[in-house]
Amino acid sequence: MGKTIAEKILSEKSGTDAKAGDIVIAKVDLAFVQDTTGPLTVRLYRDSGMGKLADAKRTVLFIDHAAPSPGAGLSNDHILLRDFSRQSGCILSEVGDGVCHQIVQEAYARPGDVVVGADSHTVTAGGLGAFATGMGSSDVAVAMGLGKNWFRVPESFKIDINNDFQKGVGAKDLVLHLIGTLGADGATYKALEFHGGAIKKMSMSGRFTLANMAVEAGAKAGLFAADETTHEFLKSEGRGSDYKAIAADADALYEKTINIDAIKLEPTVSKPHTVDNTALAKDLKGTKIQQVVIGTCTNGRLEDLAIAAGILKGKKTAKNVRLIIAPASRKVLLQAIEKGYIKTLVESGGIILPPGCGPCLGLHQGALGDGEVCLSTANRNFEGRMGNPRSFIYLGSPATAAASALKGEITDPREVM
Amino acid sequence: MLKGKAHKFGDGISTDHIIPGRYAHLRSNLPELAKHVLEDADADFSKKVKHGDFVVGGSNFGLGSSREHAPLVIKMAGVSAILARSAARIFFRNAINLGLPVLICDTGRINDGDELELDLAAGTVRDLTNGETLTFGRIPGVMLKILNEGGLIPYIQKHGDIKV
Ligand code: SF4
Repeated sequence: MGKTIAEKILSEKSGTDAKAGDIVIAKVDLAFVQDTTGPLTVRLYRDSGMGKLADAKRTVLFIDHAAPSPGAGLSNDHILLRDFSRQSGCILSEVGDGVCHQIVQEAYARPGDVVVGADSHTVTAGGLGAFATGMGSSDVAVAMGLGKNWFRVPESFKIDINNDFQKGVGAKDLVLHLIGTLGADGATYKALEFHGGAIKKMSMSGRFTLANMAVEAGAKAGLFAADETTHEFLKSEGRGSDYKAIAADADALYEKTINIDAIKLEPTVSKPHTVDNTALAKDLKGTKIQQVVIGTCTNGRLEDLAIAAGILKGKKTAKNVRLIIAPASRKVLLQAIEKGYIKTLVESGGIILPPGCGPCLGLHQGALGDGEVCLSTANRNFEGRMGNPRSFIYLGSPATAAASALKGEITDPREVM
Repeated sequence: MLKGKAHKFGDGISTDHIIPGRYAHLRSNLPELAKHVLEDADADFSKKVKHGDFVVGGSNFGLGSSREHAPLVIKMAGVSAILARSAARIFFRNAINLGLPVLICDTGRINDGDELELDLAAGTVRDLTNGETLTFGRIPGVMLKILNEGGLIPYIQKHGDIKV
């Protein structure tokens, strides 16, 4: 019997013939933390007595969630991370460099790697064929110290997507639709493996959006084959030599297969307060909003900013809407400046935040007021997520976000394209 | 044998309900952070909970972020175990790594305020208020070993390595 991508990678990294359901000890190729989970990881690490890091050059501390820091408590946490980086020799990603998951793809993750991060959206690196999963501080500390950890090999769902997308519809609509179908715990402990003609044609940016949100259905990983598109992406990041082809065997065993016809998808939105509470954007017409966020590890890439700029070019956002844009990384920001997207977005009324998580987790930079409604391109709309349990968060694509910013209410982007 | 009162919550309690991101500045000040435990699900929880009590959830307990602070503040509140119909993967592993058992059983039969008696070895919870006995799913072997050492870091301190 053939193997799924998860079984292949975990077999190789554990030196066993790993099958779904097995528990294995696997080598970890990259371990990382961010500034809200890192300080606890560092303290646990120091308590553990593990001593030197297993591989300092494959251990990264990211300062992205509260960057720049909004207050002294978090500033002191940043100091703790900087000190640990100096003492241990591991890599530090500083304020302004960008969101951990974006930089992991740009600079660190390789097809076939096992990646663990103290952040649930670590799954994003599955977009380039790495087995990447989020863990807590204790588990990441162990991976940092021992260069390995234990894993249960997940069963996989085959998500088979064929046909072309309609204009104005893309990866974000697809993944919201999928989570609406599966439910927020429909894939707990499973890997989602993406297949089909629509995936072969999909850009890396779209693949990362899909992988990123796998965890919102409870999944342990969101996996893609590493193919020519992956290779081109790695070359464009100056790391073509990190490429290796990865694909599931044709006779791999899946727990189930879900078929999706891309052409039938329409702009999709998650309503408050759960990601699986989905509806079509056109059916939410008339829902007034006060804030729009374009950014985060889900949709803060160059392609996302290009879509938003395309819709907003030469137009003005609605009077009562704040449009907040947080590029996912310094590199994305620089490219968006070069391409003129930033100028377009600022002229249309947008506010540019430094690369990082921005308002996504409610720490700073765009916390919502009582009763306020936001349309965000993020991955989570839980109660209180954006700093206030008395506010309401809708999730949508960059196209839906830009169209909604124009109209001041939730808008199907096909209306303005 | 653990004995205490049930604090009942609904389905889909997220890590943002347990410890919202807006308190991230308190994550290096755990006693202060712990005062906000489960605040967005029950504003009075931290005042009501007594040492040894149980948090009883519905399905997908602990979904969302990987913040280990979520099970940590529940443990700091004195909670001796979490019972749920199902639990999110990262939360489940994090809680065990902190020595806090998460037990999967049919919590629909437990009411808020019921007195519970938990027998970890036997795999049963007795609801002393309604007289019912529930059995919970087995914790996988490797996690049981970690739980028995009081958590993952104590396990590493003792063994210096991880084995399955
Ligand atoms: S952008 Fe949002 S979801 Fe992504 S890592 Fe940052 S806080 Fe988490």
